[in-house]
Amino acid sequence: MIDSLYNYTLRLGDTSLILAQRLSEWTGHGPFLEEDLALTNIALDIFGRAKGLLEYAAKKEGKGRTEDDLAFFRSDREFYNLLITEQPNGDYAKTMIRQSIIDCFDLLFYTELAKSKDLTLAGIASKSVKEIAYHKRHSFSWVVRFGNGTEESFSRLQKGLNEIWAYSGELFEMNEDDHNLIKEGIAVDLDSLKQKWESEIQELFKKANLSIPETLFMQQGSRKALHSEHLGYILAEMQSIPRMHPNAKW
Amino acid sequence: MQTKEEVLSLLSEIPDPEIPVISIVELGVIREILLEGTHIEVFITPTYSGCPAMKQMEDDVRKKLSENGFDKIKITIIFSPAWTTDWLSEEARLKLQNYGIAPPEETTSDKSFLTNSKKNITCPRCKNKNTVMISQFGSTACKALYQCKECLEAFDYFKCI
Repeated sequence: MIDSLYNYTLRLGDTSLILAQRLSEWTGHGPFLEEDLALTNIALDIFGRAKGLLEYAAKKEGKGRTEDDLAFFRSDREFYNLLITEQPNGDYAKTMIRQSIIDCFDLLFYTELAKSKDLTLAGIASKSVKEIAYHKRHSFSWVVRFGNGTEESFSRLQKGLNEIWAYSGELFEMNEDDHNLIKEGIAVDLDSLKQKWESEIQELFKKANLSIPETLFMQQGSRKALHSEHLGYILAEMQSIPRMHPNAKW
Repeated sequence: MQTKEEVLSLLSEIPDPEIPVISIVELGVIREILLEGTHIEVFITPTYSGCPAMKQMEDDVRKKLSENGFDKIKITIIFSPAWTTDWLSEEARLKLQNYGIAPPEETTSDKSFLTNSKKNITCPRCKNKNTVMISQFGSTACKALYQCKECLEAFDYFKCI
């Protein structure tokens, strides 16, 4: 049971960490100042969530590691973040379509996790829900704006969706850890979220004139720590300083 | 030997690192104080999950307590119940306004903040309600950016969460 809780928390922490790291790449590169600030703030919220989750994972692991050890001293085959979070940002339209897919899922997911019998997870989740509500409003409004803007903005949005859609299936994948913890009232049954997510996403896509790409299969792998080629580069950038100077203090 | 109230008034001397006109007590992040002689445990909750000022607040609390005779200080970060702008006192709201930050105008119980309500925020400078949101995300995680259409000043609005 302890192991399932560790695996589950680690997976949620990794997903938040890698998404935040990806979003923070926009810092200083946003399309204009307010958006630069917006994405930086959103990334910061998600980093905060990652810190809380990884701290708890480290505690559950009980080997004396800290959240920083988990973030900076594991390699790609030890990370369990969802593949969608490590996909390249692309242009702003692609970043926003990816974010809307994740925000929609996260709001449903963390709203349920806030009812978890595990009080630490419930606490982190209840905090996150308030923040994700803001994130979702932001990404959804950009998707609608791009979808109804110019031919150029629409085509970039559709292209972004075409590239990212195959990674959306993994949001709902469950394994033994999920099933163990669902029985305990700790984890969220992802099947119960799917219909709501699909209807919200379809409604959004309709407003943005988007069509869902025909996909032959959905990408999988993160539950087994199998990643796309992008994760290694993210980790190289994120981890190089702590690995070069272990035990360095600010 | 000090009482909880005395400790609270000590902590009231610590300004918010980002908004120095209000104290961390007025901000509502100090949730609980456990006292046992010169041993003390303080429970702090972050305003936002990633609030970068948390570490500063922790250090400030630790410093203040050790200067005042506590030798064993424990600071625990808690996430639940989640911080809400409802915990800002009336006095704190007034201080924010005088500082040029529009205080949260809604309470979280009316969920209008989630539904893009058209509630008009009052300009903290000229008190006009003819204002417009420029960005949901402002200079810090807890603020949004607004502009007053009368005096044309841009100002921070303390988001309601």
